[in-house]
Amino acid sequence: MKGKRRIVVVGATSAIASHCARLWLENQPSDLTLVGRNAQRTDRVASDLKVRSPESLIRVVCADFLDPEVITTTVENIFQSGDVDIVLIAHGSLPEQVRCQNDLKACCQALNINGVSPVLFAEAFAKQMAKSNHGTIALIGSVAGDRGRKSNYVYGAGKGLITRYAQGLQHRFAHSRVKVVLIKPGPTDTPMAADLKDKGTKLAPVEKVAKEIVEGIEAGRPVIYTPRKWWLIMMVIQHLPAFVFNKLNI
Amino acid sequence: MKPVSSWGRLSAEPHRVVELHDPFIVKDFLSHGPLPGLAYGMGRSYGDVCLNPGGTLWVTTRLNHFMAFDDRAGRLVCEAGVLLRDIQRLAVPRGWMLPVTPGTQLVTVGGAIANDVHTKNHHVMGSFGDHVRNLTLIRTDGEVIRCGPNERSDWFAATVGGLGLTGVIIQAEIQLRRVAGPWLETEIVPYGNLDEFFRLADDSEADWEHTVSWIDCISGGGGRGLFLRGNPTSPGNLPEPKGCNVTVPFVPPFSLVNRLSLRLFNMAYYHAKKRRAGRAVRHYEPFFYPLDNVLEWNRMYGPKGFFQYQCVVPRKVGKIAIQTILKEISRSGDGSFLAVLKTLGNRQSIGMLSFPQPGVTLALDFPNKGTHTYKLLERLDAIVYEAKGRLYPAKDSRMPKQLFELGYPRLKEFLKYRDPGISSGFSRRVMGG
Ligand SMILES: Cc1cc2nc3c(=O)[nH]c(=O)nc-3n(C[C@H](O)[C@H](O)[C@H](O)COP(=O)(O)OP(=O)(O)OC[C@H]3O[C@@H](n4cnc5c(N)ncnc54)[C@H](O)[C@@H]3O)c2cc1C
Ligand SMILES: NC(=O)c1ccc[n+]([C@@H]2O[C@H](COP(=O)([O-])OP(=O)(O)OC[C@H]3O[C@@H](n4cnc5c(N)ncnc54)[C@H](OP(=O)(O)O)[C@@H]3O)[C@@H](O)[C@H]2O)c1
Repeated sequence: MKGKRRIVVVGATSAIASHCARLWLENQPSDLTLVGRNAQRTDRVASDLKVRSPESLIRVVCADFLDPEVITTTVENIFQSGDVDIVLIAHGSLPEQVRCQNDLKACCQALNINGVSPVLFAEAFAKQMAKSNHGTIALIGSVAGDRGRKSNYVYGAGKGLITRYAQGLQHRFAHSRVKVVLIKPGPTDTPMAADLKDKGTKLAPVEKVAKEIVEGIEAGRPVIYTPRKWWLIMMVIQHLPAFVFNKLNI
Repeated sequence: MKPVSSWGRLSAEPHRVVELHDPFIVKDFLSHGPLPGLAYGMGRSYGDVCLNPGGTLWVTTRLNHFMAFDDRAGRLVCEAGVLLRDIQRLAVPRGWMLPVTPGTQLVTVGGAIANDVHTKNHHVMGSFGDHVRNLTLIRTDGEVIRCGPNERSDWFAATVGGLGLTGVIIQAEIQLRRVAGPWLETEIVPYGNLDEFFRLADDSEADWEHTVSWIDCISGGGGRGLFLRGNPTSPGNLPEPKGCNVTVPFVPPFSLVNRLSLRLFNMAYYHAKKRRAGRAVRHYEPFFYPLDNVLEWNRMYGPKGFFQYQCVVPRKVGKIAIQTILKEISRSGDGSFLAVLKTLGNRQSIGMLSFPQPGVTLALDFPNKGTHTYKLLERLDAIVYEAKGRLYPAKDSRMPKQLFELGYPRLKEFLKYRDPGISSGFSRRVMGG
């Protein structure tokens, strides 16, 4: 008999990711590895999940998310204890756009954590999953990656990197059993969006977004817009001619 | 700054809203800021105990992680923003349940402790604080205080029912109670007047864990009603009810609750339920939380909001006081949509400012019609004052200082435990700061 389903969550302390993990464990006890940068915060998520699903096996791994060597060994170590069925790569950080414009260090950090780091993790998992010809790599991008706009284009560029990367990975694995899922949430009620919330932006409940992500991964959808209406909204925004788009204060 | 309301929707004053999402840095959030702050859970209190106009609100709902659960002993440790609903859904399939939950499960653990909430089984289980084994409080000066019934019990007594004024609770350990499943054996018994109500209440206390009644405060004014009682049971495998939410989609421009609709509702409710009188097996969710499927039902009172009025008066004067209140309401022509009448058990609460005390409690709601409503509530105050009763802060937005002082004789003792960096609309109104 096959053992428990093996799931890895990178950026496990994210509100979206931890709600996904709650749903996965609610569906069936699993073998879950949580990867975070801070042990205390990641353990907090692990304890919560352990209470929700005592039959699950939950491991915590801490790593520096910006160091390619650390990422390589972290992922190799994870595969030492067996194949992975699903990896969700969830970390990200919403920088202040104006700060990125004035401080290239901030700009660089934003591009690294939102674009480069998730891609490196995905690449490390791709390498292992290619060997076993098995597994799903799910990456959280954003609707912000669909078209750059003045209020957050540095973040958007990082997310856009994920979009382009995921396309390539899907192409690479098209004829294999490795699946690649690109998730594009709209504004969601999580700590990351606290400032948006303060400014009165309407945010989707994190429970709803997590549910759509888990269902979308289950269904093997290549791209998940969540909430779904964002597919339509972004379709329109991507196709607005520049003379209209440039008039929008977004 | 943004406008925040509580459940009664009587005000929408600006607040600086700060969400606490990381329990390890709560301290930093509390010590910052020139404005006094206050913990805010789900805002299910009706008045101003959870509001701090012009100040900071520390929203706790992201502190929503379970920490440990001992399956054999039924002990749960969790963060203070966990919803009672989530505890029930976790525990019931494992044979445990919260011993005390209010009439909605959409409240946080911190809110349930700070108002020391009670329910239909007060005569058996007491109030929420009776089942808290310990809690951790963070003060705005950074001090961390762990307390419980046997550990710094003075701090515990100040914090249970302490209306958030002693610090921010960040976690608690709760003792759950065993249950065979989600089912209750229930019975509805119609009664014709208050004497019958008291007789039913007394007769039911020994054999029924849950007792409550709905009283018709419009037709007749004589105090007819429906007595509801229930006990946990295990009828085997019945299908779980399908939860189906409806939302009151917008705030109507005027209150849908008016004299006519009240009269009709009260009559229809009485007769509909009377026809269904008798015994039935029911799931705990509709039995305990009848309104939770109607999301945002508080909107039906229109843009001006509504008042809740809940008092408890000693049993000796209970009948006469309740009768006088009912008469006063019927004389005013105003009526309450859902009037709830219940006897409270013969036990003292842990908290210095806990509401439950031996006697009989009546809860009413009134659409806000300005002066007219204030006048009526003042007349009810006079009756409660005379009866040496008290009002429930969780439901209050207007009680006068003297009534609070009369009702809560341990106030002086409590004040020593207040956190100087914390203040609420309620505390400024009745404690002068
Ligand atoms: C439909 C309905 C039915 C109800 N039925 C009942 C009932 O049967 N019995 C009953 O007793 N009550 C009842 N209530 C009232 C409700 O249970 C209480 O008001 C409860 O305290 C609300 O919890 P909350 O999480 O919304 O807290 P809030 O309303 O947001 O806050 C309540 C108080 O708790 C404090 N607080 C919140 N979190 C913390 C924290 N972490 N640390 C310190 N202080 C904190 C706040 O400062 C405030 O003083 C009912 C309310 C509704 C809307
Ligand atoms: N919320 C939205 O509106 C929204 C919209 C579109 C896309 N997204 C994307 O959804 C994903 C999840 O975010 P969320 O909304 O759930 O926000 P969140 O709860 O704030 O989570 C952010 C996560 O990123 C991690 N992180 C941030 N900076 C890091 C760094 N330098 N190194 C390592 N980890 C870091 C955080 O770890 P720590 O806990 O250790 O800080 C945390 O796990 C992100 O990729 C985000 O871009 C969010």
